[in-house]
Formats: sequence, structure tokens, C-alpha cells
Amino acid sequence: MLQTLLAQQAPIEAIDTPAIDWAILAPLLVMAVGGILMLTFASVLKRLPSSVWSVAAVVISLVTAITVIPLWMRVTDTANSATSTLAGAVAFDGFSLFLTVVIALSVALSAMLADGYLKREGLEGPELFVLLMMSASGGIIMSFANDLIVLFIGLEILSIAVYVLAAMHTRKLQSQEAGIKYFVLGAFSSAFFLYGIAMIYGATGSTNLIDIKNFLSATVLADDALLLAGFALMLVGLAFKVAAVPFHFWTPDVYQGAPSPVVAYMASAVKAAGFAGIIRVFVLTFEQYRTDWQPVIYVLAILTLLTGSFLAIVQTDVKRMLAYSSISHAGFLLVGVQAATDRGVNAVLFYLAVYSFMVIGSFGVLTVAGGVGDNAHTLDDYKGLSKRSPMLAFAMMIFLFSQAGVPLTTGFFAKFGVISAAIDARSFWLAVVAMISAVIAAFLYLKVIVAMFFAGDDDHGHGADAEDAADASEADADDAGHEPIDIPLGAGIAIGVCALVTVVFGIWPGPIDDLAREALPRLVAESSAFLEIGN
Amino acid sequence: MSDFLRSYLTVAIFGGVAVALVGVLLGLGSFLRPSRPTATKTMAYESGVDPVGDMWSQSNIRYYVFALMFVLFDVEAVFIFPWAMRLETYGYFGLVEMAIFIFILVLGLAYAWRKGMLKWV
Amino acid sequence: MVEIIVFAVCAAIVLVGAVGVIAARNPVHSALFLIQTLFGMAVLFISLEAHFLAAVQVVVYAGAIVILFLFVIMLLGVDQAEDLNIEPIVGQRFIAFIVGAATFVLMVATLAGSSDAITGQRQATGPLGDELTDNNNVRELAEALFTDYVFAFEATAILLTIAVVGAVVLAKRTSGEMLPVPQNTLEIREADYQARVDARAAELEANAAAAAEAGEDGSAEASSAAASDDDTADDEMADAEGGDA
Repeated sequence: MLQTLLAQQAPIEAIDTPAIDWAILAPLLVMAVGGILMLTFASVLKRLPSSVWSVAAVVISLVTAITVIPLWMRVTDTANSATSTLAGAVAFDGFSLFLTVVIALSVALSAMLADGYLKREGLEGPELFVLLMMSASGGIIMSFANDLIVLFIGLEILSIAVYVLAAMHTRKLQSQEAGIKYFVLGAFSSAFFLYGIAMIYGATGSTNLIDIKNFLSATVLADDALLLAGFALMLVGLAFKVAAVPFHFWTPDVYQGAPSPVVAYMASAVKAAGFAGIIRVFVLTFEQYRTDWQPVIYVLAILTLLTGSFLAIVQTDVKRMLAYSSISHAGFLLVGVQAATDRGVNAVLFYLAVYSFMVIGSFGVLTVAGGVGDNAHTLDDYKGLSKRSPMLAFAMMIFLFSQAGVPLTTGFFAKFGVISAAIDARSFWLAVVAMISAVIAAFLYLKVIVAMFFAGDDDHGHGADAEDAADASEADADDAGHEPIDIPLGAGIAIGVCALVTVVFGIWPGPIDDLAREALPRLVAESSAFLEIGN
Repeated sequence: MSDFLRSYLTVAIFGGVAVALVGVLLGLGSFLRPSRPTATKTMAYESGVDPVGDMWSQSNIRYYVFALMFVLFDVEAVFIFPWAMRLETYGYFGLVEMAIFIFILVLGLAYAWRKGMLKWV
Repeated sequence: MVEIIVFAVCAAIVLVGAVGVIAARNPVHSALFLIQTLFGMAVLFISLEAHFLAAVQVVVYAGAIVILFLFVIMLLGVDQAEDLNIEPIVGQRFIAFIVGAATFVLMVATLAGSSDAITGQRQATGPLGDELTDNNNVRELAEALFTDYVFAFEATAILLTIAVVGAVVLAKRTSGEMLPVPQNTLEIREADYQARVDARAAELEANAAAAAEAGEDGSAEASSAAASDDDTADDEMADAEGGDA
């Protein structure tokens, strides 16, 4: 009966469903399904110790990273094994896999930091980890995205989760303020990004990056105003996410107010995902139009480098200082992007990988040293950290040296890579500005190091400061001045791993560099074999 | 005028008639009835109870959560609608994809329910 | 001809609504103007033969999003209007005007300049599908959803779920005391608050001082109140503004 009714209504023409290469989706599925499963368990099981959630998040992130290994073998097997799947919406190349690992490891390390943080602040558990993992799956989607719509949805998944994460400390006013500020400005920048996608769709007739690139290389646009407007708007959206000047105004406030483990994640994974978008869209898809967008990135890079390092110096709050320093790092990454060469992309990937470790390490130290309320972040609070916790101060010194680009740390090779890529692309002045701002920024990191190691003796001013009502419980610890800081196990491991990576690969950067070299982004249509299965 | 637009002419006429009807009835009423306002008569009617405070009162944040949930599932419905229009075309593929889509959202709803967000406290 | 008239009328409705949103003093009126704009957009979509989009526009935007706006407005209290004459950053309004006008001119120039000779190759926009069958619009949309955009479609489910989780996390009742705001932040806030109150009082001498107080109450903490619990919001006000709430 129903069959005949349906048959009468209209002839049934089945659609051509797209071929799905599940293996390619494995890392994303592990992360996303892991997040959703954790959400389900979080709603079914009423109370579990928060460490359980933390360990689960770490395990899932590591499994995500492990699933990349066979895929990496496959993609580097032969020269032309990069492909795409799901109707060209998902790219499969070294670039996406590399950044997937960076994001997954960022989640693992941030989750370790978050464990001790949640216990100290007396916050309830699983949501933070759920949001962290779902946000990371958004980041992974961004690094895989071969379609502007997919890129946008990845960006939104990433961002909305991070807005909530920033406001996660429900009993802390500044955290909520950070959340709302980030949300309002972020939503605004997403609107710009979406408008840019619409413009590019109008100019090229597709949202798929492969189609766009084919179209642009086959056609001479009679009038490229619409396309250029699209570039501008999309760049605004992405530059906001990576905190490039002049779209950086949210960064200091949000970094200062948000929970430190979340900031660690924001500074590493969110930045990596943002640069994934910038590289895939601009460097790769709009390669032909590089003379149009390169100058814009050039100016953005200079502004970001100088603003980041100059404003960092005048800060008295260490967390805010690191926020500005992360802006200046975004500037260095933009220097690599501006080169728009394979070498530039390598340098950016290397930078993102090692920067993730040093910045998570730095914010990890801040997480532990911040005390209850996560508020003790003024330079005064850091005076004499070396006496309260020598290990912590030593780790922080490594991270700060690395961020400053001191030789024998990964930061040196990262900065060297992007600057030499810029020189290679004949952007000499940009390289000069980058070097100058590296020197300026070095001063700032030294300021913190000096405070930690050499300024612990002036107990009077320091003691008065600690007796603020703001930090009553921490006051006695500070008064003593030598009270050791308790490092939670998870945070200890995370900081240790970060420090180890920063030093070991600072002496021996070969492995990461080799991986980054193989991780070039590619725009390849699905192979014909898959298309036949699809049809 | 395209056929397409013409088919919406009915909607426009319907809307126009609705507005006109309201205008005529209310206008006629205000024209015919006597107007002798007193303080009691101008007071807002709240089921026979004396109104307390301003009519713009602050509402509870719980309403907001319900409204937000409503928006989310409204958006979900928007996705389901085109699929449901020509269900058979998409076959099992469409069914599975839609099942995944709805299932993920149901898990979100279950979470909200278990956290007591759907209960009025 | 009819198309042009429909367009002109709708464009007028949309623009009047849009101006009304920012010009109306009462936020509820702004929300109602927004509904007007969205309805005008829906009719414009119809005239572009995108009737599913028009329906979505009415159902989701006019029906749900604006209702959400109204909830938020009622949550914050309608009578607590923010005085828009206070500029948090000096010269902000002037710069905003310049930048806005420049962007507008640039956009209009872009769109006007790129008429139909953008590519000269194929039409990038236009009606979806052929005109012969009914519902072509919705069908084409669904087909796109299940072929080219199937990945984006599934990812949307995650996006919506995240929104649910976010809403629950932020609206959940917090247990325990609010943490105190550090002294330096507090001082800045209080100074800022006091400056705003003074400015307001000076400006509106004629009005009762009490009205000025009430007006300022909501503005300073409006942002955090939106993201937090009812009780929490009260606590915050008490904390940040010295028990003024």
C-alpha cells in the first residue's frame, strides 16, 4: 500500500552517495566519538573522581595521535598518495595529519594540567574534558577541511567549546568575563569569515577548495573584486582566531581571566587550527593570487610582531605578559605564512609543533603557581619562585628561554626556520623586524626569569602584597616565602614532558623537522578508483 | 510576474485581509464605545489580583536555557525537513546519516536532562 | 515589474527595521524591529525563489532566535537601559562611524563594480535545480546535504551538541562562594563604575538621581550576568559594586 503510494508519487531516483574512506576519518572519529561517549558517561554516572575523566581524556587523545601513525605511513609511502574523501570535503595529506597530532597532544597535556586545577579550585569534572575533546575535534576538522563550509563548521565547533571553556570557572568573575568577551568578539569574527566564504562562493561558484583552485587556474577573472573582498573577510576571521594584530584585543583579557589549563589549550591547539585554515586557504588554494594577499599578511605580521613584544614588556601580570607573547609568536608564524613557499609552510608546522609544547609548559607552570583562585600571577607573586619550587622555576626558565629563541631550545630552531623562510622568499625587511622583535621579547622573558630566581629576598613589599583579601588562603604560604608548592601529578608529568621535548628537540631538532618537511598540504581530488565505487 | 511569485500572492492577500480586519474591528470599536477612563480601569488586568511592580519584570535564567534548547532543536528540525520531503531518494545512506545526526543531538539532550536542566526548580 | 516592486518594498522594510534595531531606545522594540527585518529578508528570499530558506528564516530566526533575544532582554531587565551617551573609549563612536562608512562604501563598490562580468564563465548563483518539478528547491538542498556536504552535515550535529553542553555548563547553579576579585581589578572596576555614574548624573541633572543609579546597575555587570546564574549575578554585583545591587 505504502509502496504503491510512494511509487505513484514520484519516480525514485537514488542519489550518488559519496564514497567514504573511513580510515582517513579515524583520528577525527576517535576524538569526536570519545568526546561524545564521555558526555554520555558524564550524564549517566553521577559522580566519579575527576582524575578518571582526566585519564580518559588523555588516553583518547593519545589514541587519536596513534591512529595517525598508519595513516602517516600511507601518506608518505609514495609521492602521490595524498587524496581526499567524502566528496572532496576531507583532505588527506601530511599537513592535516601533522596538525592532528599537534592538536591531540595539546589536548592530552592540557587535560593533565586540568586535573590538578579542577581539584584545587573545587570545580566539577567531566564537562571541561568533554568540551576540550569536542573542541579538539573541531580543530581536527579544520586541519582536514577541504571545503570552506567544513572549515567554517570546524572553526565554530572549536570556538564555541573554547568560549565555554574560558568561562568554565563558574565561581570566578574574571573567568566569566573572559568567556563573554571571547564569545562576543569571536562570534563577530565568525560572521566576517562566513561573509568571506559567501563572497568567494559568489566569485568562484564553489565552496570546495579543489574546485575553487581548478576554477581559478582555468579561468581569468574579468573582475576579481568579489574574490579579493572574500580574501579580506576570511582573513579577518582567521586572524582573530590566531590573535594577529589588529584583531588581538580579546587576547590579554581572555588569557588573563580564563582558567590556565584552558589558556594552554587555546594558545596551542586553537592557534594551530587557525594556521591550518590560513595555510590551506591562502597558501594552497589561492596560491595564484599570492601577490594580492601576501602584502596584507606582511603588514599583519609586522604589526603583530611589534605590538606583541612591545606591549608584553609593560605588563606586570605574568599571564597577561604571556598573552602578549603569544601574540608575538603569532607574528612569527605569520612571517612563515607570508613566505608562501613550501619552506615557509615547513617552518610554520615546525613552529606550531614545538611552540605547543613550550606554551603548554609555560601555562602549566602558571596553573600550578597561580594558587587557589588562579589569581597570583603578578610579577611580585613570581618573585622567589625558585625557592618555593626549584623544579617549577627551572622548567619555567626552559620554556621562557625557548620562547625567547635561545639556542639549544626548540624555540631557536622555530624562529630560525620562519626567518630563513622569509629571507628565502626575499622578504628581508620582515625578517629584520622579526629579529628585532625577538630581541625585544627576550628582554621580557628575562624579566620573569630574573623575578623567579634573583628577586626573592625583598620580603616586605612582597608580603604586604600577598596579604590581600583577594588571596587569603595563599597569604600564609607567601608570607613564609619558602613554602614549597605542591605540584599535582598530572601537571608534573605534563610540565616534565614539555620541558623534555623543548630541550631534547632543541638539541636534536631533526625528527620534528623531518616530519614537518613531509607534512606538506596538498589539494588532490579523490582518486578515480574511489569515484568509480561512488558511482 | 513569475508563477512562483504569483503563488505567493495569496499569502500577501491573506496577510492584507488579516491586517485590515484587525484594523477595522479595533477602529470600529474605539469609534463606537464611550471612553471614560478611571484609575482602576487603566490598571493592567492580572486575573483580578492587584498588579505588583512593573510589567517589565526580570525573568528567571531558566527560561533562557529552555529558549536556547528550543533554538537548537529548531535548527535540527530544519535539517530533518528537506530529508523527510524525499526520504526514499536517499535510501539507507540518508537514513543512517540522519540517524547519526539525531542520535548525537539526543545524547546532548540526555545530558541536559540528567543535569536537571529540563526540570523546573 | 512586480519583482522590482516586491524588492523595493521589502528592501525598505528591511532597512527601516535595521535602523530601528539600533535606533530604538527600548531593547524590546529593537527586537521587534529585528523581526521586521527578518520578515523582509524572508520575502526577499521568496522573490529569489528560495522558499525553503524563506521558511527557515521565519521559523528559526524570527521564531526562535528573536525569542531568545527577548528572553535575554527580560533576563537582564528591560528598565535597566544602558546610557548610550557614555563612551567607554574616547572617540570610539567617531572611529566606528568612519570605519563603518568606509566598509560600507567598499562593499557597495565591490558589489556594484562586479555586476555580472565577474567570471564570464558560469553562473555561480541562481535557482537551485530545474523549475519543472515541485519542491525542486528543497530537494536540491537535501541532495547537496547528502552528497557534497554530508560531512559538514554530520559535523553540525557535534556543533549543536556542543551548544547544548555549553548552555548547561554556563546556566548550571554554582555550588560554593564566588571567589573574590583581586584588589587591583576591583579598584579599576569601582573607579570605572563611579565615573559612569558621575557622568550620568551630570548629564541628567533634571532626572532623579535614583533613576541614574538604577540605569547604571545593569550595565556594569550585564555581560557576566548573561553568562551566569541568577544568584551568582546578584553576588557579582554585590562584590563588584560594593553592595549596590
